[in-house]
Amino acid sequence: MTYLDHAATTPLLPEVLAAMTEQLGRVGNASSLHASGRAARRVAEQARERLAEALGARPSEVLFTGGGTEGDNLAVKGIFWARQEADSRRRRLVVSPAEHHAVLDSAEWLAKHAGADLTWVSVEPSGRVTPEALRAALGDGSDVAVASLMWANNEIGTVSDLAALAAVAHEVGVPLHTDAVQAVGQVPVDFGASGVDALTMTGHKLGGPMGAGVLLLRRDAECMPLLHGGGQERDVRSGTLDVAAIVGLQVATCLAVAGREERATRLRALRDRLVAGVVVQVPDAQLNGAPLDDELAGGPGRLPGNAHLSFPGAEGDALLMLLDARGVECSTGSACSAGVARPSHVLLATGADPDRARSSLRFSLGTTSTDADVDAALEVIGPVVERARRAGMNRR
Amino acid sequence: MRVLAAMSGGVDSAVAAALAVDAGHDVTGVHLALSPDRRTLRSGARGCCSVEDAHDARRVADELGIPFYVWDLAERFTEDVVDDFVAEYAAGRTPNPCLRCNERIKFAAVLDRARALGFDAVVTGHHARLVDGLLRRSVDAAKDQSYVLAVLRPDQLAGALFPLGGMTKHRVREMAAERGFAVAAKADSHDICFIPDGDTRGFLARRLGEQPGPVVDAGTGATVGTHAGTYGFTVGQRRGLGVAAGDSRPRYVLGIEPVSRTVTIGTADLAGVGEVRTAVPTWTAGAPELPLRAEVQLRAHGGPVPCTVRCAPDGGLAIELDTAQRGVAPGQSAVLYAPDAERGDLVLGQGAVLGTS
Repeated sequence: MTYLDHAATTPLLPEVLAAMTEQLGRVGNASSLHASGRAARRVAEQARERLAEALGARPSEVLFTGGGTEGDNLAVKGIFWARQEADSRRRRLVVSPAEHHAVLDSAEWLAKHAGADLTWVSVEPSGRVTPEALRAALGDGSDVAVASLMWANNEIGTVSDLAALAAVAHEVGVPLHTDAVQAVGQVPVDFGASGVDALTMTGHKLGGPMGAGVLLLRRDAECMPLLHGGGQERDVRSGTLDVAAIVGLQVATCLAVAGREERATRLRALRDRLVAGVVVQVPDAQLNGAPLDDELAGGPGRLPGNAHLSFPGAEGDALLMLLDARGVECSTGSACSAGVARPSHVLLATGADPDRARSSLRFSLGTTSTDADVDAALEVIGPVVERARRAGMNRR
Repeated sequence: MRVLAAMSGGVDSAVAAALAVDAGHDVTGVHLALSPDRRTLRSGARGCCSVEDAHDARRVADELGIPFYVWDLAERFTEDVVDDFVAEYAAGRTPNPCLRCNERIKFAAVLDRARALGFDAVVTGHHARLVDGLLRRSVDAAKDQSYVLAVLRPDQLAGALFPLGGMTKHRVREMAAERGFAVAAKADSHDICFIPDGDTRGFLARRLGEQPGPVVDAGTGATVGTHAGTYGFTVGQRRGLGVAAGDSRPRYVLGIEPVSRTVTIGTADLAGVGEVRTAVPTWTAGAPELPLRAEVQLRAHGGPVPCTVRCAPDGGLAIELDTAQRGVAPGQSAVLYAPDAERGDLVLGQGAVLGTS
């Protein structure tokens, strides 16, 4: 099996498994006052401190969540509600059309149910949001509740300069949330240095467990809770702490951050070889997103493990199926609940036509990727594309 | 063989896929998303393309350990089946959308795509026998679906597998239960999948709007009432005519004339039909020699009628019925069978009904 879908999820690291297994055998609610509770709390708080250090945050800024979707929902809705309560003129939400659905659908939900006005920030053809575009969308900022812009795009891997974007938002007094689910461990992410007010990350994209994530929330940021209850996590996210998952998340994050540079160099070489090899076999294949060697202030302008390509005349879901049948696992990047392939909203946001958006595939490399994986993909991609082109559907 | 299992989420296609796996084929499951509105939920036994049905199909595929995909054919289905259905009614005919779906979607768009992707055949849960390229009625007469498959041509049948034709529906449910499929007791789907509330007249009224016209009694030539649209009527229909005849004898729809929007009704003695003319026929295994003695079935749940089939000058068929029939509606298929009690009646082919006399 050739697993080239690390942007969907990653294999659990052995160190993570060991650390979690150790905790799973213990009793103790981290909110309890007795010895078992204190022991659990000690482990959770130690994890919080280590995570904060790895991400450039203060421990008090680390709020444990159930993952990326929850973090995005909590930040977008919670900050919107809090800012609107403080000043009812703040009705605008500023987001990019290339955001993950956890942000997009939260924003649209607020528009439908909470009177929010959505302002879309235009994205460049690479998928990047520029400070100029954000400035134009914010205006004088007085009526903006919150802005949310992703650090790295989950489909096409384009990285934006969040420090520059946060500076623009703060010029007009607007808090900025960023979905950094794909960025942490892939590109340098320093919460404090970036200046962003809230940041979502999750464990299973970097070798940790599913269902465990973090919302980094600046100490002075106001955010209303989605979940009410015991008042854990600064009263912003109630619920008994899942100590084993938190430890797994922390171990994975620390390993990913510590090994980032070395891994990035290795993945980038593999990724570049994959893209070059695909283009040799399918000369009209189009690379989506930023150029492979794109650079931003502070790091790469494209995720090192991301290769996102369109194959004109072939449909993404046919390509996916044919590759799956040959043991190569990748993704079309977007699927609805029923599993129906839709043209990628990210590519459409970058200005790609629907046919290009429908004919795309995402290969995402990660810790376990090897030269053999790239070879395996290159061995089958030519015939697979040729076959998929013959099988065009919805066409006559 | 590399086989694509079309999995609706119902019990029949689940067992058909399982049998294909048992037979040693390399099976991949596919659910066809046909409704443009993916949020549609099942209501009772109707509909077949909701999110829940896709989930049910995926559960079975996962239990069988086969790959599973959803193919979005909503656009093709809307054009080739739903729009065709509406246009046929607008033209005064009574279409069969399941037959059209088999002809243009399942054994055309899907089969073509499957072949292009390297599959040898499409397996479905239809109740019909297909052995050595010959299509026959199911052993379960009550569930037989050969009528809606009769439109298939030899090259389409060559790419089809119907593993359920040799067993009863009861046995299919038993097999599903034995395998622990959650869909074993799922209600049969019936009616038209894209009209989940079963209100065909209401569906057509929304599409076509009100198109009032006269209801004329063939016996007297008098206008005896009005109607809101000819699409609310089918030749042979007795109930819901909305007119009171002068006498107590029941009236039947005899004809629909879409241009003047006239619905003609008449008594039973006028409703009988002795000859049926069809469009150019399709044959499941090549054209037989005509004239021919055969049996004809004139609607999905009709019984077989002995007949003599001749070639009409326009290339269609002239089918002379041994006994007069009521309710032979233009747009339906006249499906021809060669009776065979032992191996199952053989489906010869079909022609779309153009008119009667």
